Amino acid sequence: MAGLGVARAVGFVAPALLLVGVFLVFPALWTLYIGVTDYQLTGPAAAAPSAVGLDNFAAVLDDALFTNSLWLTALFVLGSAVVGQNALGFALAWLLRRVRPWLRRTTEGLVLLAWILPGPVVAYLWFAVLSRDGGTLGLLLDDPTTAWLVQYPMVSLVVFNVWRGTAFSMLLYTSALAAVPPSQLETARLVGANGWQAVRDVVFPHIRGHVLTNTLLISLWTANDFTPFLLTAGGPNHESEVLPVLIYRQALEGGRLGYASAMSSLLLVGNLVVALVYLRLLRRRA
Amino acid sequence: MAGVEIGGLSTVYPNGVRAVDGLDLGVVDGELFALLGPSGCGKTTLLRTIAGLEQATDGKVLIGGRDVTREQPGSRGVAMVFQDYALFPHMTVAENIAYPLRVRRAPKARQREVAERTAAGLSLSGLLDRRPGQLSGGQQQRTALARAVAVEADVLLLDEPLSNLDARLRLEARTFLKRLQRELALTTVFVTHDQAEALALADRIAVMESGRIRQLGTPREVFQRPADTFVANFIGSTPMNLLDGVVRGDGVECVGALLPLPADLADGTPVVVGVRPEYLTVAAEGIAGRVSIVENLGVTSLVTLECAGGTLVGLTVPEQEEPAVGDALHACPAPGRLLCYGEDGLLLGAV
Amino acid sequence: MTPAWVVRRIGLYVLVAVVLAFFAVPVLWLASAPFDARPGLGLRWPDWTFANVATTFRHPYAVTSLVNSVLLCVVATAVTTVSAALAAYSLSRVRIPGRDALLYLLLLLSSVVTGTAAMVPIFVLMLQLGLIDSRFGTALVIAGGMLPAAIFILKDFVDSVPRSYEESARVFGASPGQVLGHVVLPVARPGVATILVWSFVNAWGNFLLPFLLLRDVGKQPAAVLLRTLQDEGGSADLAVIPVFSLLYSIPVVVLYLFVSKRYGFRFHGGIKS
Repeated sequence: MAGLGVARAVGFVAPALLLVGVFLVFPALWTLYIGVTDYQLTGPAAAAPSAVGLDNFAAVLDDALFTNSLWLTALFVLGSAVVGQNALGFALAWLLRRVRPWLRRTTEGLVLLAWILPGPVVAYLWFAVLSRDGGTLGLLLDDPTTAWLVQYPMVSLVVFNVWRGTAFSMLLYTSALAAVPPSQLETARLVGANGWQAVRDVVFPHIRGHVLTNTLLISLWTANDFTPFLLTAGGPNHESEVLPVLIYRQALEGGRLGYASAMSSLLLVGNLVVALVYLRLLRRRA
Repeated sequence: MAGVEIGGLSTVYPNGVRAVDGLDLGVVDGELFALLGPSGCGKTTLLRTIAGLEQATDGKVLIGGRDVTREQPGSRGVAMVFQDYALFPHMTVAENIAYPLRVRRAPKARQREVAERTAAGLSLSGLLDRRPGQLSGGQQQRTALARAVAVEADVLLLDEPLSNLDARLRLEARTFLKRLQRELALTTVFVTHDQAEALALADRIAVMESGRIRQLGTPREVFQRPADTFVANFIGSTPMNLLDGVVRGDGVECVGALLPLPADLADGTPVVVGVRPEYLTVAAEGIAGRVSIVENLGVTSLVTLECAGGTLVGLTVPEQEEPAVGDALHACPAPGRLLCYGEDGLLLGAV
Repeated sequence: MTPAWVVRRIGLYVLVAVVLAFFAVPVLWLASAPFDARPGLGLRWPDWTFANVATTFRHPYAVTSLVNSVLLCVVATAVTTVSAALAAYSLSRVRIPGRDALLYLLLLLSSVVTGTAAMVPIFVLMLQLGLIDSRFGTALVIAGGMLPAAIFILKDFVDSVPRSYEESARVFGASPGQVLGHVVLPVARPGVATILVWSFVNAWGNFLLPFLLLRDVGKQPAAVLLRTLQDEGGSADLAVIPVFSLLYSIPVVVLYLFVSKRYGFRFHGGIKS
C-alpha cells in the first residue's frame, strides 16, 4: 500500500468514473434501450415512446439504405484503412529510413501535419482540391468539368482518409521497424536476399503483431469517423452515406431516434467485436 | 541512537505469501547488522516492515524501546537508502540531500548548510548543483547515503546498498560504507544477497530463508560453523563440500575414507559431512581421488578431485603447488573444521 | 554504384517526391489563399494582401467561435487532465479490488463507445437535462469521451515512475500531499503535459459533439462555424474561410511543435482517436 489508503484511492478514481459512467457507459446502454422503442424527435412518440421489441432491428436489416451504407462503410474501411493507410504508412516507414535526414523530416512533418490539423479544416482543404469550381485538382489536370466529389464520392472519401490518417500507421511502423535487429537484416543481405525478400522473410515476422493491431485500430476509427459528413454529407443520392452519416441523418434530420439507435447498436456490437479481438491480441503479445 | 527489537513479526501479502514468518530479532545500538539470504527469502520485506513501508500482520517492531509497529514511516526515526537510490531526478544533489529538512519546513539557509556539511563528509562537495542523472554510480550511491544521514535518524536501513555498482567500485564503496558507519556509530541494518558483502561489512549476520532466520551470528561463526546445510551451502565463495557418510564405530565412512566423528552416534547412522575447500589440504592420507580440473583463483587454485563412486570434492591449494590433472592424491580436513550434519540438515558438531 | 543501384535510387526519390506532393498540395492552399487578394478554391501564387484578415475579424461570429473553442477546450482539457491524473495515480499505486477488471473495461470503452455510436443517447440525455446549447455541458461530454484513453496513457507514465521515489519521501516524513507535490507531479510532468496537449488537440478538432449539442451559432466553436461558413457558400466567404481555417489551425500546430521540441515526440499506441 503506497501510503494512499484504499478510501483515498477510491476518492481519486471517483470523478473520472463518474464522468465516464454518465457520458460513456450510460449512453452506450441507453442506445440499446432506445433501439427497441419507437422514440421520435418530434410528434406523439417523442413524449411517450413505446417498446417495439426487435422491430427496429428487423426493419434496419431490411432497409436498402442500411445495406447500402454497410457496403459503403466496408468499402471505406477496406480502401482507406486496411489497404490505403496500412500500405502507405508501411511504405513511408520503410523507404524513409534510406533518404537524407532533411527529406525524411520534411516528409514525416507533412504527413503528421495532415494528421494533427482539425478535421473540419482538413475536410475543407480537400473540398478545395476536389471542387469543380476552380479546385486545384481540376487546375492540375486542366479538367474544369469534373466534379470529383459528386462523380466519384467514394473514391474521394478514400483518398481523403488515406491522406488524413496515414501518419498513425507510419509512426507505428517506424517504431516497429526500429525494433527489428539490424543483424538479422544484415544476415539477409549477406546471403543475397533482395529488398522484397528481406521484408518478407526478416521484417514481416517481426512486425506481424503490429500489422494486425494497427489494422484493427485504424479500421475501428475509420468505421466510426464522422468527417465524411463534412466532405460529401452522404451525397449525392446516398452514394457516400457511410454508417456514421446515415445514423446522423436518420436521427437528427429524420427524427427517428429509435430506428437510428438500432443502427447505432449494431455499430456498437461491431466495435465491440473488433475491440475484443484487439485486446486479445495485445494480451497474447504481453 | 537506538537498537531495534523485533518480536514475533509476520508480514503476509494480500496474495497469502508469508514473506516474514514469526520472526524474532534484536539489533544492538550502534551495530552494523546484515540480513542475508537468497532472493525471495523475505529479507527486503523485513527491512521494509521495519521502515513501515509494509504493514506487519502480527508481532511488534520496537525502535529505541518505543513500539512503532503502527506508526507511519516518517515518524519512526528511520532513514533508508533504496536499492535504486531513489534520488529525485528533478532535484539537485543539494536539494536531494536536504530533502528531509524540506519536509520538516526548515529554512532554506539551514537546508543548504546541512547539505554542504553532509556532502563534505561524503566527498560530494563539488557536485552539489548537479542533477542525479549527471552523476556516476558511486556518486549517486554516496548522495543517497548523504540524504539518509543528513538528519540524525535512530536507525539507518540500506536495501542492497552496493548491488548497483560495478565490481571494482563495490569494494571501494564497501570500505567507505564501513568507515562511515563507524564514524557515525549509527545503528544500521542492511539487506544483501551477497554473502561476501555480508561477511566483510557486518558485525552480525542473520541468514534468512522462507521468512525465517536460519542462523544468527558473527561473520566468523556463520562462516566456520554454519548451523545447517542451507547456510553451509549459501556462505562461502567456493561451495562447501557436502558429502554423504555413514557412522562406522567411532568414525564416519565417507567417500572411501574413515574420518573422525564429532558426536556420539549409533553405528550405521547416515550423516552429511561438510568441509570447505579452503580447509582441505593435500596429505598422505584422507579422501583419495584423482585430479580432474584445476581452476586458478589467483593466490590459490581450486582443485576438483574425482573420488570413489564419481563423487566430486573440491580443495584449494596454494600457488606453485598445483597438482597436474590426472594426479592421484589425498585430501585431509584441517583440525576442528570438519562439520557433521544430521539427516535433518542440522549441525551435530565439528571436529 | 551499379546502374541497377542508380535506377533504384532514382526510383526511390521519385516515389518520395510523389508522396511529398500528395501531402503538400492540399496544405499549401492554407498558406496561400488567406493572403490572396482574389482567393479561389484552386492553389495559385497569391496577390499578397492582408485585407482578408481584417474581413475575417469583422465577421460577426468568427472571433466569437474561436473564443468558444478556447472555452470548450480549456474546460474539457482541465477536467480530463485533473481527473485522469488522480485516477491514473491511484490505479497505478493502490490495489483497489477489481482494479484489473476496471482497467480492462476502460480500455474497451475507450475504443468501443465512440461519439458516432452513442450520438443519439448523448443528444437525448443533454436534451432532457436542458443542456443543449450549454458550452460547459458539451465540454463535459467531450471530457467523458477522452477520459478512458487519457487514464491509460497517464497510467503508463505513472507506472514508469519507480515507487521507491514516493517511499523514500515517506520515510523522510513527507505527508501524502507533500509526496504528490514534491515528487510525483514533478517527475510525471512530461506525462501530464502530453495529456494536456493531447486532450486539447482532440477537443479542439471535435466536430460531432458540438455540432450535435450546440445549436446556437453564437455558442458554436470554430469546428462547427467552419462548416456553417462552407454551407452558406458565396464569394464573400472565400475571404473569410481561408484566414479562419488558418487561425483555427495555428494552436494545434504550435502545441504539437512545442511538445515535440520539449519532450520529443513520444509515440503512444492509440493516442489519437
